Amino acid sequence: MTDKVPSNNPLPNKERIKLPRQRVPEQDAQVRAHNFCEVNLGFPAEQARQESLRCIECPKPGCVDKCPVSVNVRAVIDLILAGDYLGAASKVREDNALPAITGRVCPVEDQCESGCVLGKKGEPVGIAYLERFVADWERETGQFGSPVSAPATGKKVGLIGSGPASLACAGDLIQMGHQVHVFEALHELGGVLVYGIPEFRLPKDIVRHEIEVLRRRGVVFETNVVVGKTVTIDELMQEEGFDAIFVATGAGLPKFLKVPGEHFNGVYSANEFLTRVNLMRAYLFPQYDEPLYPCKDRDVIVVGGGNTAMDAVRSALRLGAKSASIYYRRTEKEMPARVEEVHHAKDEGVHFEMLVNPVEFFGDEKGNLTSVKCIRQELGEPDDSGRRSPVPIKGSEFVVPCSVAIIAAGTSANPLIQSTTPGLAVTKRGYISASDDTLATSKPGVFAGGDIVTGGATVILAMGAGRKAAKSIDNYLKGSDQRKEEIQEAVQI
Amino acid sequence: MFAIVEARPLARGIKLFVIKAPRIARKQRPGQFVIVRLAECGERIPLTIADADPKAGTVTIVVQAIGKTTMLLSMLEAGDSILDVVGPLGKPSEIEKFGTTVVVSGSVGTAMAYPTARELKRAGNKVISIVGARSKDLLVLEDEVRAVSDETYVVTDDGSYGQKGLVTDKLKELVDAGGVNYVLAIGPVPMMRAVANLTGPKQIKTIVSLNSIMVDGTGMCGGCRVLVNNTSQFACVDGPDFDATQVNFEVLTQRNNMYREQERASIERLQADPEAELKKLRESNRAHACALEPVEVSHD
Ligand SMILES: Cc1cc2nc3c(=O)[nH]c(=O)nc-3n(C[C@H](O)[C@H](O)[C@H](O)COP(=O)(O)OP(=O)(O)OC[C@H]3O[C@@H](n4cnc5c(N)ncnc54)[C@H](O)[C@@H]3O)c2cc1C
Ligand SMILES: Cc1cc2nc3c(=O)[nH]c(=O)nc-3n(C[C@H](O)[C@H](O)[C@H](O)COP(=O)(O)OP(=O)(O)OC[C@H]3O[C@@H](n4cnc5c(N)ncnc54)[C@H](O)[C@@H]3O)c2cc1C
Ligand code: SF4
Ligand code: SF4
Ligand code: FES
Repeated sequence: MTDKVPSNNPLPNKERIKLPRQRVPEQDAQVRAHNFCEVNLGFPAEQARQESLRCIECPKPGCVDKCPVSVNVRAVIDLILAGDYLGAASKVREDNALPAITGRVCPVEDQCESGCVLGKKGEPVGIAYLERFVADWERETGQFGSPVSAPATGKKVGLIGSGPASLACAGDLIQMGHQVHVFEALHELGGVLVYGIPEFRLPKDIVRHEIEVLRRRGVVFETNVVVGKTVTIDELMQEEGFDAIFVATGAGLPKFLKVPGEHFNGVYSANEFLTRVNLMRAYLFPQYDEPLYPCKDRDVIVVGGGNTAMDAVRSALRLGAKSASIYYRRTEKEMPARVEEVHHAKDEGVHFEMLVNPVEFFGDEKGNLTSVKCIRQELGEPDDSGRRSPVPIKGSEFVVPCSVAIIAAGTSANPLIQSTTPGLAVTKRGYISASDDTLATSKPGVFAGGDIVTGGATVILAMGAGRKAAKSIDNYLKGSDQRKEEIQEAVQI
Repeated sequence: MFAIVEARPLARGIKLFVIKAPRIARKQRPGQFVIVRLAECGERIPLTIADADPKAGTVTIVVQAIGKTTMLLSMLEAGDSILDVVGPLGKPSEIEKFGTTVVVSGSVGTAMAYPTARELKRAGNKVISIVGARSKDLLVLEDEVRAVSDETYVVTDDGSYGQKGLVTDKLKELVDAGGVNYVLAIGPVPMMRAVANLTGPKQIKTIVSLNSIMVDGTGMCGGCRVLVNNTSQFACVDGPDFDATQVNFEVLTQRNNMYREQERASIERLQADPEAELKKLRESNRAHACALEPVEVSHD
C-alpha cells in the first residue's frame, strides 16, 4: 500500500526500517559546559538524507496528526530526498512560519515524533532535526521563498508583543495585504525566544534573521512600547487608526515560592536570571554592562523541572558554577522539560535532586544567600492535573549550602493589558478569554493568543495561535458588520 | 532611538536632559519613571520623569553620575541619542487634597520630588518643601521648587548654603509644631529611613519612593522586589511609592549592594578611558540608526 505513494525514496520499506536513527553532531559535553555556543550542531546534508530515507511514508502519517500545526512532514521528507531543500523549506512554511526555531525547540517527544510509526518498535524519524536542516540550509545559502503579498487592503492591524505568536501572525497578515505594526515592551524583538531561551539552545542570530525577513516584507516593529502604559489599546484603535488588535503578551509574571528568605541577594526568579544572561548578555560582562550575581566557583540550585529550569541550570554551569543542581518536587517522570534538554543537562554534569522542596533560605549579615533548607516529599494522590501531587515527609528537612538559588516554579499572567483595557474579559486566573475557534476576545476587533490565553505552553502552539488569529482577523476586516457580530458571539466567557 | 534635544549641568555631577519621546510625554504622570539603555552594550536603568512637554513631545530627566551608566550618560550632549527609552513606568504618585504637605528631598531626589510637589500644590494642598544636599554645589532645582511651594527650606550638611544640618532636623521642627498631614520623602535610603522613623510614630501619612535595582520595569523579572509589610512587592509596578512605615529599609540597602563588585569594575573601566567609551557609544548608536532605516514596502 505504502509502496504506491509516489516517492523519491529508492529503498523498499523493509530496508528503511532497518536503518538506524542518525545521531546529530553535538559539541562535546565537557567542552560545551563552559561555553554559550550552540550545543546541537545540526545535520549535514548527507545525514539529513540518511535520516529521511528511514521514513516509510505512511498514508495516514501519525507525525502530522501529532504536530500541533499539522506540518506535512511526509511531503517535506520526500522533498529532502529529491534534493529540493528550498521546496522542503517552503513546504514547512505552509504551516509553520519559523522552522529554524521549532526545529530547535519543539518538544517533539510529545508532538510529531510521538506520532511517528517507527517509534512503536524503534526510534522515530528525527523530524525536528530535518525541519531545522532545511530552514538552516535556506538561511545559510541566503535563499528565501518569499511569498508574494496580496494587494494592499488599507487595513491596519496592531500586534502586541513580539513572541512567536505575534511573529507568526505578522507573517500571515502581511501576506494578506494588511499593514502590520508590532509593539514590543522590551528593547529587543522575539519574546521568550530572546529573553528566555539561551543562546546555546537557540542562537539569537536565528531569531534576528526571521525578524529581518518580516521587516523586509513590510512589517513595522516598534520596540520600547509597553501597551497599557505607553499607549492603551483604546488609544491605538480610536486615535491611531488600528482596525484590529492581536494581543500576544505571553505569560510573563514570575512565581516565587513565598517562603522566608527570598529577598536574600542571590535568590533570583528564573525570569530575571535568564533575562540578565540572555537579553542583557550578562555572560559577556564586562563587554556588556549588565552585572550578574556571581555563579563562578559557587553552588547554584535551581528549583523546578521545566524547560525554564533546565535553561537556568545549564546557564549557571556555563557561568562556571562549582555545582549546578535541579531541585524538583516530583520525580523525573513528571518533569515537563524536553527530554533532550534533560539528557543534555545530565551529560554536562548537572546534578538532579528529586522529590524535594525548599522551605526557607538563609543569608549572612550582608544579606547574601548562604544556604537553603529543603524538605523531602513523596508522591500522593493524583491532583486535578492527573499528576500525583507531592506530600512533604515530616522530619525530613535538610540544609544545603548554596550561594545562588534560581526559582523556576512557573509564571502567571501579566495583568497590564487586562487592567487597562475596558471590556476585555479575563479568566479566573487572569488570562485573556478568547474564543477557541476565532481567538476573538470580548472586545470588538481585539483578538488574543499564545501564552496570554493558554498559560505557559510551547513555541509551536503560540505560533499556531498566531496563524489562527491572522485568519480570523482577516475575516473580521473583510467581513460585513454581521460577520463581525458572529465572530463576537462565538466568544464564550 | 531617542534624541537628546537639550543637555545642561545643574550642579556638580548632576545633569538635566530633555529627550524627544512623544509617546511618553503624552502619557506620563508625576511620580512615574522611564528606563533607559544608552547603547547596544548598555544596562537598563530607571530614571524619574522630572518634567514633560506633551506639545513638544519631550521628557526631562535629571541624572546624578554615580556609576558607569550614569557617568557615561552625563557625558552626552544635545545632538546625541539614547538607544532605548521606555515608559512611563510605575504607578503615578497619589495626589489628593491632604491639607498641609511636606516634601522632603535630598540632592538629585529634588528633581524626582518636584513634579509631585507641583501636582500637590495644584490639587490645593499647602506645600512645604525641605530641600537637602551635602553642600551648596549639589543643590538642584531650587527656583523651580520655590515656585510651587508655599514655604521652602534649604538645608546643607556643611552649612555652605541655607540652614546647616539634616533635612530631618527641619522636618522635626515642623512635625513638632503640629498640623502636618502628609509627608513625601525622596532621596538616599538613610534619609528616607530617618524620615519614616520620625513621622511613623506620629501617625502622619508618609510616602517614600524606593530606588531598587530594576531590569525590565514591567513586573516581568521580580528583581526590583522590596519587602513591604513583610511581603514581596515589585517596586516597578506596585510602586515606586510606598507607605514609609511598612518598608524594610535594611533589605533595600542590602539588595542595592548586590552588584557592588561588578559596578566598581565597570566604573574603573570607564574611567580608564572615558573618551573611548563615549566614542564607542556614539558609533554603536549611529550604526543602529542606519540599520533601522524604513524599508520600502511593495504590495502587488
Ligand atoms: C526559559 C523558557 C524556555 C522555554 N523553552 C521552550 C522550548 O524548548 N520549547 C517550546 O516549545 N517552548 C518553550 N518555552 C515556552 C515558549 O517559549 C512559550 O510558550 C512561547 O514563547 C509563548 O509565545 P507568546 O508569543 O505567546 O509569548 P512570549 O514569547 O512570552 O512573548 C510575549 C512578548 O510580549 C511582550 N509584552 C508583554 N507585555 C507587553 C505589553 N504590555 N506591551 C508590549 N509588549 C508586551 C513581552 O516582552 C514578550 O516579548 C520556554 C519558555 C521559557 C520561559
Ligand atoms: C524608580 C527609580 C527612579 C530613579 N530616578 C532617578 C533619577 O531621576 N535620577 C537619578 O540620578 N537616579 C535615579 N534613580 C537611581 C538610578 O537608577 C541609579 O543611580 C542608576 O541605576 C545607577 O546606575 P550606574 O550604572 O550609574 O551606577 P552603578 O555603579 O551601577 O550603581 C550604583 C547604585 O545604583 C543602584 N543601581 C544600579 N543599577 C541599577 C538599576 N539597573 N536599577 C536601579 N538602580 C540601580 C544600586 O543601588 C547601585 O549600588 C532611580 C532609581 C529608581 C529605582
Ligand atoms: S512544528 Fe514542531 S511538532 Fe510540528 S513537525 Fe515541526 S518540530 Fe514537529
Ligand atoms: S509517521 Fe514517521 S514514518 Fe510515518 S510519515 Fe511520519 S515520519 Fe514518516
Ligand atoms: S524591574 Fe523587573 S519586575 Fe520590576
